[in-house]
Amino acid sequence: MNAIIGQPVSRVDGPAKVTGHATYAAEFSLPDLAYAAMVLATIPRGHVRSIDRAAAEAAPGVLAVMTHEDAPRLPYKQIAQRPQVDAQSGEQLHVLQDDQVRFNGEPVAVVVAETLEQAVHAAELVRVEYARSPAVTIFDAKQGRPPGEGNAKAGRVPELGRGDVEGAMAEAPVRVEARYVHPREHHNAIEPHVTIAHWEGESLTLYDKTQWVDNDRKEIAHVFGMEEERIRVVSPFVGGAFGSALRTWPHVTLAVMAAKRVGRPVRLELTRRQLYMAVGFRPHSEQHLRLGADKDGRLVALEHDVVQQVGRYEEYAETALSPTSHLYQCDNLRARYRLVEMDTNSPCPMRAPGVVTGVLGLEMAMDELAVDLGMDPLELRLRNYAEQDQQKGLPWSSKELRACYETAAERFGWARRKPEPRSMREGGTLIGYGMATAIYHSDRSGGSASVALTGNGMAVVRSASSDMGPGTYTSMTQVAAETLGLPVDHVRFELGDTNLPYAPVHGGSITMASLGNAVVAACQAVQTKLAGLAQAAQQGPFAGLAENAVVARDGGLGRADGSGPVVPYAELLRQHNLGWVEAEGSAQPGEETKKYSSAAFGAIFVEVRVDEALGTVRVPRMVGAYDVGRVINPKTARSQCIGGMVGGLGMALEERAEWDARFGKVMNANLAEYLVPVNADVAELEAIFVPNDDRNFNPLGVKGLAEVAICGVAPAIANAVWHATGRRIRELPITPERLLG
Amino acid sequence: MPEPSQNFSLTLHVNGTEHRVAVDARTTLLDALRDRLHLTGTKKGCALGQCGACTVLLDGRRVVSCLMLAVMAEGRQVTTIEGLAQGDDLHPVQAAFVEHDAFQCGYCTPGQIMSAVGAIREGRAGSDDEIREQMSGNLCRCGAYTNIVAAVRDAASREG
Repeated sequence: MNAIIGQPVSRVDGPAKVTGHATYAAEFSLPDLAYAAMVLATIPRGHVRSIDRAAAEAAPGVLAVMTHEDAPRLPYKQIAQRPQVDAQSGEQLHVLQDDQVRFNGEPVAVVVAETLEQAVHAAELVRVEYARSPAVTIFDAKQGRPPGEGNAKAGRVPELGRGDVEGAMAEAPVRVEARYVHPREHHNAIEPHVTIAHWEGESLTLYDKTQWVDNDRKEIAHVFGMEEERIRVVSPFVGGAFGSALRTWPHVTLAVMAAKRVGRPVRLELTRRQLYMAVGFRPHSEQHLRLGADKDGRLVALEHDVVQQVGRYEEYAETALSPTSHLYQCDNLRARYRLVEMDTNSPCPMRAPGVVTGVLGLEMAMDELAVDLGMDPLELRLRNYAEQDQQKGLPWSSKELRACYETAAERFGWARRKPEPRSMREGGTLIGYGMATAIYHSDRSGGSASVALTGNGMAVVRSASSDMGPGTYTSMTQVAAETLGLPVDHVRFELGDTNLPYAPVHGGSITMASLGNAVVAACQAVQTKLAGLAQAAQQGPFAGLAENAVVARDGGLGRADGSGPVVPYAELLRQHNLGWVEAEGSAQPGEETKKYSSAAFGAIFVEVRVDEALGTVRVPRMVGAYDVGRVINPKTARSQCIGGMVGGLGMALEERAEWDARFGKVMNANLAEYLVPVNADVAELEAIFVPNDDRNFNPLGVKGLAEVAICGVAPAIANAVWHATGRRIRELPITPERLLG
Repeated sequence: MPEPSQNFSLTLHVNGTEHRVAVDARTTLLDALRDRLHLTGTKKGCALGQCGACTVLLDGRRVVSCLMLAVMAEGRQVTTIEGLAQGDDLHPVQAAFVEHDAFQCGYCTPGQIMSAVGAIREGRAGSDDEIREQMSGNLCRCGAYTNIVAAVRDAASREG
């Protein structure tokens, strides 16, 4: 049997997606479905003075109007061990539980009607009067405070370091110092967040957009004081999320309350504008770096301060210091992380949370250091190559970053770069080459899967995981097919339902390293179970054989000594009059985190072309080489990498929430004014995977790749813009007005 | 101000089938397709005409169905993503999207495909630059653009 892992298998859910038959959360058809629309606060802080709901209640088709005045008081029970996707201290928004307004966009009422049009219209008829209180709506980095204990315990530490930074910095012959600004960004997955809540007696079914059905259930169980067993969450397809669907947002609670009130299933779909207030975002950050190096370019001192915005009612923090702590060899380091409280909705993880920000500052500062040293930027990285994780004092479980640099530089033609800025020009077009390193720590979490072998020769593999786009359906199918020795089209993988075995969060690039190994375990368990049945039987090809005498191979069972035929699973089931046989398997992180530090790596090289007169930046090509461990499916893996490049291009050149401090509000809350890359913004993208297989990290040898693919892209572009123009734009996005200003 | 009449009964011709449907005067073609006819292949991404996820063909031309009222589509031929494949045989553009992995999450995909079908029929998919330009009304947040260009180029050459 040929290997299936490592083959560029086309997505197994591809036909469903291209024919419109993949069912996303909003699309479940329920009898008597009613529609909800939210009314959101229009002040940044204060309280609701009065609500006039008469006109809304009298409007045609309206079934209910609910405000804090008549919403049920919900228990909001504490979760003993908060999941990592939640804010780690403070209190999540208790929706419609009091008259307070904590941010512009907090829900103050929900209207339910027979149709969407009626609900939206009636929501506009609700008249709310507010009493406004002074609000903090301006980001002031000087107001930064350390994250609280909850976040520190979860790894979002206020400080880390080693050695003597002040002493080493003072003696360093070459020093650079710079400040970088990264604006508030929004996920803007094309599918809006949406929940359908359906009560049947005391049981609740949620059709929800979520990256983690099991946690969604747990959160709603705690909010409503219900037993988890009474709740089922269904989410077979997620139309992109990038972190915005990791945790359970207040609108899910609203949908559940509304459905209870009207005694019918209710759909609550956020509008594009509401997505800028009702779910999280990547927080605005400002960072300050000081780098000291010797004349040969070796880092002797590194100081990195990151300050980010946070809401005031709960504390979300990021691991922004992690890349600085271990990307380069440097004996003297001090990094600090601070939060500035503002009256805003809570930020949340967005692809490579914190790390993409930390890498941005570090990789732009390294480029500035290379200029001061008169050294090639790639050579500077190689001179500071970290052979181990210096902060943790552990060896890498694997690291092929050097191969990434070499492969991508060669493919890109980095040797053709002339070191001087503005030295590569074609008429009025300035050409620049830039590069950066990418890193994202690799994590694992526990999870389970089940496998059923059926009499018709199929294997059905199940786990409550998610597929927001990376291709979980396909890659897990490949892992199961290879382990079972079956062709891909004889395996079906099911996910996105709390009725299935427990899966960890679909985020942080952990899905394959975590659940992939559980799928392998489940496949092996079902093989063992079938072998046991065959051995215990009175008759049949393996009856009475010893435990180790029967092994699985080539899609069936055979004798360990190789004698006799391999009997396909389905035939064995028939022989033993079984319709199917099923087993569960699980995988947990082991001792590897005590022995090794694990991360995915990448090297990104980009060319930019800048119109000198207009200040417009185009990116004709990007080349990335990645060490992500073993690649299960190079086709879908490449799609993740080029998707990361496009996301990084948006970050570098386009994306920025326009914040109006008078109202504490994003003013460009739509896809025409909040710019994201379009097809015409993107040209040649090349992603190369350097060979690796990290069995030190987990048995499958994968490290994860969604997050690392966006890290390093924006600084590579910014560095290329400097090379093209001689202008160092330290605040993203790099817009024409900044380049011409 | 008197309440305008909000209820209309109309006939929509979708994918060659006639549907009698009751709509509100304010119902968009998109919401009529998704919520009344349960043809949910056409996606709602922004409802503001900005993302292209709701693209359908109206009398063979590309339109964003979120910016069109259902009543405006009466008597016209609507083609949605569900109307492209012949049984299990995918339309060449659909097959090319699968082959070239021209999507990740799949949510913008029906709109991308309908735009591509329209652009190819109109003879506006002649070069990569033209494809990029013609397909720029369809946002893909997963960033599959280069694969989308490859898929459209491939399908256009097969049909052409």
